[in-house]
Amino acid sequence: MNDIVISVKNLTKRFGNFTAVDNISFDVKRGEIFGFLGANGAGKTTAMRMLCGLSYPTSGSGSVAGFDVMHEGEMIKRHIGYMSQRFSLYNDLTVWENMRLFAGIYGMTKKDTEAKATELLTQLNFLSERDTLVGSLPLGWKQKLSFVIATIHSPEVVFLDEPTGGVDPITRRQFWELIYKAAESGTTIFVTTHYMDEAEYCSRVSIMVDGEVGALDTPTRLKQEYGVESMDEVFRILARKAKRGE
Amino acid sequence: MKGNFISFVKKESLHILRDKRTMLIVMLIPVVLMILFGFAISTEVNNIRVAVVAPERTDGICDAVEKISQNSYFTFCGYINNDDVDNKLRTNEVSAVIVFASDYDRRVALASEGIPTKPVIQVIVDASNVNSAGAATAYLQNILLGAESQQSMFETRMLFNPQMKSAYNFVPGIMGLIFILVCAMMTSVSIVREKEMGSMEVLLVSPVRPVKIIFAKMIPYFAISCIVLITILMLAHYLLEVPMTGGVGGILSISILYLILSLALGLLVSTIAKTQVVALLISAMVLMMPIMMLSGLLFPIENLPKFFQVVSNIVPARWYIDAVRKMMIQGESITAVWQNCAILFGMTVALLGISLKKFNDKLE
Repeated sequence: MNDIVISVKNLTKRFGNFTAVDNISFDVKRGEIFGFLGANGAGKTTAMRMLCGLSYPTSGSGSVAGFDVMHEGEMIKRHIGYMSQRFSLYNDLTVWENMRLFAGIYGMTKKDTEAKATELLTQLNFLSERDTLVGSLPLGWKQKLSFVIATIHSPEVVFLDEPTGGVDPITRRQFWELIYKAAESGTTIFVTTHYMDEAEYCSRVSIMVDGEVGALDTPTRLKQEYGVESMDEVFRILARKAKRGE
Repeated sequence: MKGNFISFVKKESLHILRDKRTMLIVMLIPVVLMILFGFAISTEVNNIRVAVVAPERTDGICDAVEKISQNSYFTFCGYINNDDVDNKLRTNEVSAVIVFASDYDRRVALASEGIPTKPVIQVIVDASNVNSAGAATAYLQNILLGAESQQSMFETRMLFNPQMKSAYNFVPGIMGLIFILVCAMMTSVSIVREKEMGSMEVLLVSPVRPVKIIFAKMIPYFAISCIVLITILMLAHYLLEVPMTGGVGGILSISILYLILSLALGLLVSTIAKTQVVALLISAMVLMMPIMMLSGLLFPIENLPKFFQVVSNIVPARWYIDAVRKMMIQGESITAVWQNCAILFGMTVALLGISLKKFNDKLE
């Protein structure tokens, strides 16, 4: 069993003269929570899009869940989950209908869907609300549901694009407990965030500066290396080096 | 991966069903429009109030007045004085006044002997509404001259719509308008909504092919349009008594072609618009306006300035409305309007091609 789930070598993406992602390389192991940080415009989103099979690299190579990012984008899509802060579930559908839709998208059978959805809702202690319209739920619940739905088809990697925007610290804490649980059961988590306290929760953190990987290590070692107390300071030191504007 | 397509169609149907207000509007608009155009708004002119000025009430004049008051288009409001004419018209008490000359009887008698005479009847009409003024004059001429001057050169027969019902003219126009509204406008708004909400991004990361997402969106709107189509045809036939002698099959076939074309237009709009408001505006201004103005719905194409006549050729509704009119009212079969069908088919293929290509280009 291969324990490297995401492997990236010299990955580069250019748009005309502009190099959005410049020669980045890293590996992510199974069950890791990999924090992917960077200021706006540092190339985070572009890199993530390539890993999700949404755009093709200009040069370099990479594989996600054992599939090549250059040629097997469609296969990658089947084996990953994705959640973004901008959208969490359809408000005019019930919890159950949302789950059924996403299970259906990944080609799960009716029986599997029933079993998995019941299991996930029971874990969340939310089974009684299965027929509630998502629109009437608080934001924190929507995001938690959004996360479990992103994992409904048991993907190998889940990409979380700033998943906790706009929620209070307590809900964020609960959200991270869900992430930990998923990681413990072997799902790899690839998460971008602007909250530096969340960066501390990650197993390893990569900080992008001007399209390159500026630093990559565990939060503890990063803090030691830069001789500071918090990830926030590490991030500031690195971000100051950036030459690109917003 | 057939399952995912069905889940999508289900999802789209739920979106539509949950949005009760929109659903109601879509279902009601055609009915309201049909009833409005069929009964309330009509270019037929009824109950024209007419007064008569006559120097003396001779037999001939009494005959003429009798004919007018018996006609259902006119209401006879009595004899008035010469001095009252202006006042009566100004106060809207009457909308037309007929003035008989004093030698009316003598001239009628001469005319019946075949001797040409000069006009002896003056008709004064309130022309603040040009349409009804024109119609009133025409009716009056018909009634008064038709009887008096037997040697009329014209013998008119109204084919296809002998009662000149305006509903006949409007039904195909409403159909041309409604399907653009339901298919193009609603589809484009619903696609753009996904972009705006960010859900399109989530769907694109999933293994569903983008084309499938789009087609899954179109299916429920197509189904609604079919229901609307059948409603309109039923209303037209049973309520407005439009003949449809050309066969319902032909009308259905060309309507379905037009539905697909409208869906393609909606997709095209969705690739251009970034927000729902913009999609709505484009649909209303760029799609609906030309249909109102340039498709022959309100104004006959022959009456348009040359430039707009040329422009009207690229308005799909023009070809559709024309074909439906021929089939519904003139009783032509679909083979008689093959040119319209071919043009619509060509437009559909071109639009689908362009919009699918634009849609795919946008993704990368």
